[in-house]
Amino acid sequence: MNLAQGIEGSNPALNIGIFTLFVVITLVIVFRASRSSRTAADYYAAGHAFTGPQNGIAISGDYLSAASFLGIAGAIAVAGYDGFLYSIGFLVAWLIALLLVAELLRNTGKYTMGDVLSFRMRQRPVRAAAAVSTLAVSFFYLLAQMAGAGGLVALLLGIENRAGQSLVIAVVGAIMIVYVIIGGMRGTTWVQIIKATLLIIGAGVITLWVLGKFGFNLSSVLGGAVERAGDAGSRLLEPGGRYGASETTKIDFVSLSLALVLGTAGLPHVLMRFYTVPTAKDARRSVVWAIWLIGLFYLFSLVLGYGAGALVGADVIAAAPGGENSAAPLLAFELGGTVLLGIIAAVAFATILAVVAGLTITASASFAHDVYANIIKKGTVDDKEQEVKVARRTALVIGAVAIVGGIFANGQNIAFLVALAFAVAASANLPTILYSLFWKRFNTSGALWSIYGGLSVCIILIIFSPAVSGGANPMFSGVDFHWFPLSNPGIVSIPVSFLLGYLGTILSKERNEAKFAEMEVRSLTGAHAEKATSH
Amino acid sequence: MSSTDQEPTPTTAPDWATIQNSAEFRQLRKRLRGFVFPMTVAFLVWYLLYVLLSAYAHDFMSTKVVGNINIGLIFGLLQFVSTFLITSLYVRHANRHLDPVADKIRADIEGDDK
Repeated sequence: MNLAQGIEGSNPALNIGIFTLFVVITLVIVFRASRSSRTAADYYAAGHAFTGPQNGIAISGDYLSAASFLGIAGAIAVAGYDGFLYSIGFLVAWLIALLLVAELLRNTGKYTMGDVLSFRMRQRPVRAAAAVSTLAVSFFYLLAQMAGAGGLVALLLGIENRAGQSLVIAVVGAIMIVYVIIGGMRGTTWVQIIKATLLIIGAGVITLWVLGKFGFNLSSVLGGAVERAGDAGSRLLEPGGRYGASETTKIDFVSLSLALVLGTAGLPHVLMRFYTVPTAKDARRSVVWAIWLIGLFYLFSLVLGYGAGALVGADVIAAAPGGENSAAPLLAFELGGTVLLGIIAAVAFATILAVVAGLTITASASFAHDVYANIIKKGTVDDKEQEVKVARRTALVIGAVAIVGGIFANGQNIAFLVALAFAVAASANLPTILYSLFWKRFNTSGALWSIYGGLSVCIILIIFSPAVSGGANPMFSGVDFHWFPLSNPGIVSIPVSFLLGYLGTILSKERNEAKFAEMEVRSLTGAHAEKATSH
Repeated sequence: MSSTDQEPTPTTAPDWATIQNSAEFRQLRKRLRGFVFPMTVAFLVWYLLYVLLSAYAHDFMSTKVVGNINIGLIFGLLQFVSTFLITSLYVRHANRHLDPVADKIRADIEGDDK
């Protein structure tokens, strides 16, 4: 009775073997990359020397997290159409990054979001605010990934006791820390590139396999899922399977959709990737590559989801350890047996590892560059090696926090934690970034109001939401202190943050038109932008 | 040349306000904003239309068109198509109308060292 029937053929030794191979290969690459990583520009931004296509692949590696890979396929398999809605929000969001953010950000900053925001404002308070929101978003995102690792272990390695799962979370965290500390941004980027390649090829192979079984006819795949699900089957193709229950859940869904589409361009680990290329034009090229790859992957996940529904069955998936998250691995086993399951399991682990590494380097860069170098040392750190040393130590601390947090968050709802990170990013970061790039009048007070205001409103609404207490599957069961009806705060917190940024600005007398002239000219033309360092 | 600041010495800061007011830069800004702002509004409206229809027009979205493929799925796939399309349109616009102007202004500011 230990595992659902589909996973019985799983061979934990094989799964671990393939994963170990991935770790060994990537570690060798990270060590090689570390030989040329000495300066702060190397550690934070890989010397601004990756090409557009390389960075685009790495962005998709950073973005396609376990929530995308396992979560969306599973949601489509079990809830049908509503699962598909997630992937559309995640994809369309990239247009904001492409049209409004990527190039201008690359032209005006060096390593972090704090660089851009503090360009024409008072350095210390704005950098502190940027660091706080960066750390908050990264923390929620990290928790989601690490919590996912626990569930995955249960599913793929057959480790069911809590202590064993905790040990595996610690091992995953430790490997990630090694990547980040030794390889810096260059090493981490290579890990992302390898992982993205494996993930997209793996998903592509399974997609073709599923389509092949149904005569390359998408309609037949859908029909298969409907037939397999029996009486409830036809609902799989219709909207509302997950969010259609009541007026409240419908508004909740609209709120979630807003956070997804507005959150991406405010995710600090995504923003930081734009600095790893030499010019704004390469930043544009990276986003174009990322959009095509991410879009392609989500099209695959549509087939994966309905394919899993058709070939494995929603009932089997829901009953398997890991629940919905097991859809893609179970489908792999159904098609290619133990070996394909092993490969997909390893890819899933690699996914978590790479995303966690990307988040950790972002959070450590924000602390070392914004807080340590520019706030504590007031920008007088002559010794850049000292700053990088601080960044490495911070990465160690964040890694440790991620491990502990992951062990505690094991079993929490991954999709919810990720949605939370998106809501915080959309509320605290995006309004500030847009105002800062496009609004002449914007000033320090406006930036502080929108970051701190957006962040607090968002977090307060989450704490008093049904997702934390009193809902269907709450974080704390047995108590009920919720008063906000929605699980997703975005529909309130995002407009509030825009409004606070506006009010904070006009209520303050500070004007910085001369600096804005410089910022605007530089952001649009790339004059005096950070250049690539050559080795 | 709109920029008069052609000294190769890196110590003299460019006169950003003058450059910002130059006809050339204003043209660049107009071309950028004239494309990205309307396009952003357009894709957000298009996306919200899809979200609202999915939330509130279940029957319409569930109408079958071909085999098991219904309007909702086609609408969703069209979101992919529009995203790819806007991406390509923007790249074409940037290559033709933004980069040449931006490169020229940048060269003026940074001097002809490259």
